[in-house]
Amino acid sequence: MEEKKTCLYDCHVELGAKMSPFGGFMMPIEYSTIIDEHNAVRNHCGVFDVSHMGEVMVTGADAERYVNHIFTNDITNAPKGKIYYGMMLYPNGGTVDDLLVYKVDEAQFLLVINASNIDKDYDWMKQNAAGFDVVLDNQSDVTGQLAIQGPDAERIVSELFKIEVAHLEFYTFEYAQADGETILVSRTGYTGEDGFEIYGSHAFIINAWKRLLASGEVKPCGLGCRDTLRFEAALPLYGHELSDEISPIEAGLGMFVKLNKEEFIGKEAVAEQKANGVSKKVVGIEILDRAIPRNGYDIEVDGNKIGTVTTGYHTITTDRSVCMALIDAKYAAIDTPVDIRIRKKVFPGKVVKKKFYEKKYKK
Amino acid sequence: MSKVIEGLYYSESHEFVRIEGEYAYVGITDYAQHQLGNVVYVDMPDVDDEVAQGEEFGAVESVKAASDLISPVTGTVVEVNEELADNPQLINEDAFSNWIIKVKVDDTEELKNLLDAKGYEAICE
Repeated sequence: MEEKKTCLYDCHVELGAKMSPFGGFMMPIEYSTIIDEHNAVRNHCGVFDVSHMGEVMVTGADAERYVNHIFTNDITNAPKGKIYYGMMLYPNGGTVDDLLVYKVDEAQFLLVINASNIDKDYDWMKQNAAGFDVVLDNQSDVTGQLAIQGPDAERIVSELFKIEVAHLEFYTFEYAQADGETILVSRTGYTGEDGFEIYGSHAFIINAWKRLLASGEVKPCGLGCRDTLRFEAALPLYGHELSDEISPIEAGLGMFVKLNKEEFIGKEAVAEQKANGVSKKVVGIEILDRAIPRNGYDIEVDGNKIGTVTTGYHTITTDRSVCMALIDAKYAAIDTPVDIRIRKKVFPGKVVKKKFYEKKYKK
Repeated sequence: MSKVIEGLYYSESHEFVRIEGEYAYVGITDYAQHQLGNVVYVDMPDVDDEVAQGEEFGAVESVKAASDLISPVTGTVVEVNEELADNPQLINEDAFSNWIIKVKVDDTEELKNLLDAKGYEAICE
């Protein structure tokens, strides 16, 4: 399959980025090095092209009831400008995707979904819209998105785009006027740092990208460090810590599943998991050696496989060899000794808290 | 542009060999370190381990991926570069100076199977 290109593809190539397929798109992995880009976001400011993400606008009299039907979090009577994180589930509790829901107004919500799942999600949304007075509009191909992340992001975004953002709280958004068009600015991200995500037309996004880099204050950052950053903050990546075979309860994301809601697809399955416990669980594991537990490696106890690494790194900010892994829930308690098989060797480790880095959100 | 040094032997899997008498210093090339990005861990064999030409003997890990090391020579490991245990990034700084293992080579005839600088440069283009 031919990979799609984001509106910034030519900019990435011009900057000499290492390009690689991700989620159906040719995406920049790194421009300089993953470590430099990672540290830029932790200490100053970095910008990511995340135009590959999907956007679906839900409009209609039943918009709130419909979104509540397909979404695990509860958006009932949400204030305008509020953003919710949660999942869409299959009836068996497996995850269709994890997503953000932006409340535009009573009759309009913007759903932001993973690039690799756009077609699947849009089909799922349409299939489950029967009986609801809603119109679904897949705007993914005409919407560009930048993530501007790091402790200096607030100052830089407000200066460069001449827009007020200081008052925006974490997980809220506003529409703003910039370059003569309406853009959407939200205080969100996928790095564990304060930051913003900006949605606009391709023309706006290309212009904004160039302006950010020309300022000399913002480092272009690729998907390589996006993954190391989100991993340290224990943020899940669909296909790793969440999948059609991993429910949010098993992933440890139960706080985004509101069982007091009247109904949503998958509710019975996850309610059962919450009541009776799960058989497998996503945990953190640390080994003392510098060796690196990678996605797919086996977790063992007494030589028997009890699970699999979902994401692992030698962390850049905290200098630890750690991973998230899906394991038999019997071994999920903190400090349980487990082994990780890395090539021919077995490294002893133990279950630890998944949060490898204290998030720096501005609440 | 990656550096290639005259007088070394090279494998198609991007290891280099520097011969000193009956010993071979084996590491990865400048091209390889550039492709990998930040090296954060080198999985090395133990002294006295046997290595064989074309066989895996360890791995170099960048932030994002592990890459097998394939031995370009057959013989016995007589020394490993302990400095890389704490400072794996030395490979990014100067790949050719920071060899990974020193091997007592069984048969130098084997070196014929490897590329010279010109041959290696050709496969990196």
